Amino acid sequence: MAAKGLVEISVETCKGCGLCVHYCPMKCLAINEADTNSYGLHYAQSVEPDKCIGCANCAVMCPDGAITVYKQSN
Amino acid sequence: MKEGYTLVYKRPDTLLKTRMHYCPGCFHSILHKLIMEVVEEMGIQNDVIGVSPVGCSVFAYDYMDVDFQEAAHGRACAVATGIKRTLPNHPVFTYQGDGDLAAIGLAETMHACNRGEKFSIFFVNNAIYGMTGGQMAPTTLEGQITTTSPYGRDPKNVGYPMKMAEMVSQLPGVAYCERVCLNNPANVRKAKKSIRKCFEIQAQNLGTTFLEVVSNCPTNWRLSPIKTLDFVENNMLKYYPLGVKKDVTATEEK
Repeated sequence: MAAKGLVEISVETCKGCGLCVHYCPMKCLAINEADTNSYGLHYAQSVEPDKCIGCANCAVMCPDGAITVYKQSN
Repeated sequence: MKEGYTLVYKRPDTLLKTRMHYCPGCFHSILHKLIMEVVEEMGIQNDVIGVSPVGCSVFAYDYMDVDFQEAAHGRACAVATGIKRTLPNHPVFTYQGDGDLAAIGLAETMHACNRGEKFSIFFVNNAIYGMTGGQMAPTTLEGQITTTSPYGRDPKNVGYPMKMAEMVSQLPGVAYCERVCLNNPANVRKAKKSIRKCFEIQAQNLGTTFLEVVSNCPTNWRLSPIKTLDFVENNMLKYYPLGVKKDVTATEEK
């Protein structure tokens, strides 16, 4: 089984540009179209956290540094 | 730290917690983050001095937790020259957009590079004036529609887009010149290595280091952040090819 990853997205820092969603290879992120943060912006969230492999592509692309990535230690 | 998990990636501590004013999906913030990651990794936070320009990145000093000096429009290279000559042991960098570096500050930039001033120039090329409302810049592509070229840029009237990295690489004072892009994770990781290389060559006092970063402008290109990625790939990178234009350390090794 591939190593599991975990992403934490800061709701208030996210501006909902969608670059993380676009570049997630496992498609486990999505923009929350139903809710907004206090700036009135839709934010990204992890919808299928089990699929995350911890590649950190989302965090590397995140312009606002809203994403922190962890990987499961063995 | 989470129990049973190791950290893979986090926002660098050298980047302040302030919320950046950039539009969603703007590559400016990615470059801010990359420069600060390199500063953190090289442990030069207390020494490095930045010079911020006028343009979208005018508030760069609000986001990067290093010493900063604001320069008059286009004069970042002149200000950085003064700082570097007074404090030669400190790494100095300028952070400039295309309106600042390639239009009003062209003379300062070319002469600073020609003199081989030993600082790094990070040049963000997004082919448009972002802050002032999307006017045509020297780097605007042929046929690109902006508020001051509503029928597309016509080279017969206003000339051709300037390839700054190619121009600067011709100057003997330049030690390292490269064009990078931030349109996908692989390119972002490459750009980070190039930023590190700029600071390393600067520490060896070999000459000016120039890094052109092909960027986007979702607001003034009138595209969504995801669609700007296609525009960068299909239009910008065709005219502005990526790669190392000059590297004195490479020729020395041969």
